Amino acid sequence: MGKTISEKILSHASGKDAYAGDLVIAKIDAAMTHDGMAKLVIEAFQEMGGRQLWDPSRVAVVIDHVAPSAYESFSKVHKMMRRFALQQGARFYEVGSGICHQLMIESGLVSPGGLVVGTDSHTCTYGAVGAFATGIGSTEMAAVFLSGKLWFKVPETLKIVVDGKLPPMVFPKDLILKIVGTVGADGATYKAVEYGGSAVKALGVEERLTLTNMAVEMGAKTGLIEPDEKTASYLASLGHKPQQGFKSDEDAEFVDELVLDAEDLEPQVACPHAVDNVKPVTAVEGKEVDQVFLGSCTNGRVTDLREAAKILRGKHVKKGVRMIVIPASRRVYKQALKEGLLEVFLDAGCAVCNPGCGPCAGGHQGILAPGEVCVSTSNRNFKARMGSDEAEIYLVSPVTAAVTAIEGKITDPRRLLKEA
Amino acid sequence: MKVSGKAVVFGDNVNTDVIIPSKYLTLLDPVQIAQHAMEGLDPSFPEKAKNGVIIVAGRNFGCGSSREQAPIALKYAGVRCVLAESFARIFYRNAINIGLPVLESPHIRSEVDEGDVLTVTLEEGKVENETKGCVIAALKLPRFILEILEDGGLIEHLKKKGVKAP
Repeated sequence: MGKTISEKILSHASGKDAYAGDLVIAKIDAAMTHDGMAKLVIEAFQEMGGRQLWDPSRVAVVIDHVAPSAYESFSKVHKMMRRFALQQGARFYEVGSGICHQLMIESGLVSPGGLVVGTDSHTCTYGAVGAFATGIGSTEMAAVFLSGKLWFKVPETLKIVVDGKLPPMVFPKDLILKIVGTVGADGATYKAVEYGGSAVKALGVEERLTLTNMAVEMGAKTGLIEPDEKTASYLASLGHKPQQGFKSDEDAEFVDELVLDAEDLEPQVACPHAVDNVKPVTAVEGKEVDQVFLGSCTNGRVTDLREAAKILRGKHVKKGVRMIVIPASRRVYKQALKEGLLEVFLDAGCAVCNPGCGPCAGGHQGILAPGEVCVSTSNRNFKARMGSDEAEIYLVSPVTAAVTAIEGKITDPRRLLKEA
Repeated sequence: MKVSGKAVVFGDNVNTDVIIPSKYLTLLDPVQIAQHAMEGLDPSFPEKAKNGVIIVAGRNFGCGSSREQAPIALKYAGVRCVLAESFARIFYRNAINIGLPVLESPHIRSEVDEGDVLTVTLEEGKVENETKGCVIAALKLPRFILEILEDGGLIEHLKKKGVKAP
């Protein structure tokens, strides 16, 4: 019987002929923790009697959630992480390096066909380059730090096929919001999601990362896209020699298949307080906003910044509204600087912050007051995520965010097409 | 292993940001973290829970982030067990690893009202609603998970088994 990408990767990593439903103990290719969880990981590692990481070259320790630290409590965690990472010889990413998921892709730790775990639910992002990657807790991570292994239940796979071409002003973020709204917040629990079809194949790797990033918002264990020549050349452009990876067999068994036509898609908005509360932008147009956030592991890459800068060039953010722009990594920041994108944002009146998670992690750089409304390019709009539990978060594409910042209210970016 | 307590009832898709809002991840002490358990839905929850309660919830309990502070907040606030129609994957594993019993029970919400006194026998997957005088079925946990829970979590379990770091 044929196999899915997940079945192939977990078979390869466990040395067993594994299919959905099987329990396997698999070798981990790379592991990541960040300052939101590192304290618990390091303490559990020490409590388990851990003295040495199983392989420091495969472990990334990243300061990104509150970076630089805004609180003494986080400063203590950062201090502990620095000491641990440097002592152990792990790959350590200091304040200002960027968001863990972007860094994992840039670092070469993630390769097609690899098995990767991180103490963050959005670890599923790395499936955009064909790796099986999933979020785990801190106690389990301590066990991985010790042994380099973890048990997995091989997931069933939900296939999502998107054919056709995305219309103007409609972006991969709109596509994934539509998918999450359709499948629902628990529609893919415990499953892997594999995205395919001509619309997905047509996307660049940076755009594909937006799709896999939000797989967990449907409850999925991971999101995957079959690696192709684009994957290989993207990773090569970052200086890596990637493995070839795996593709699902023609006769592989999928638990379900969802088919969407890209041509029908409109700009989408995930409304408060659930990621699957998705509506076309026309349903919420005119909602006044206080803050616009462009960034995050969902939409903080150069492609995203370029699209938003196209809209903001020569324009200004509405008076009374603040727009915060945070490139996903130092590499992204430098590229945006070189292309003049940061100048566009600065001229438009945006606050451009250092690479990191920013307000999406809820720690700093844009905490909301009661009653405030934020439009964000990030991946979660849960109550109390960015500060007050009486604030509202709407999730959109970078372009809808930029148009909204100029207008001061949620705006359909297709209006620009009519004006042109 | 038996646990008892009054039921506190929640709906579907209770996410980790309402279980422990991310602004409190800056707190380092589990007891302090617990003072904000469920704050996003019910700020009076820690007061309700302090003498020991059982959470009863709908589908997809614990969805969202992988923060282990979510089950930690509940455990230290006084939650003795979570009974839900279904759980989000990472929360489920985290809860077991820190020694918080979690049981899937597909019809639990129709059989329990807020304040009902429940007794859960983990080995049997049995929930007794003493207030209503009925028994509700839950999915049984495999033996190795029960052992982790009996030992109070994965770390204690490994210590007890004498597993040593390489």
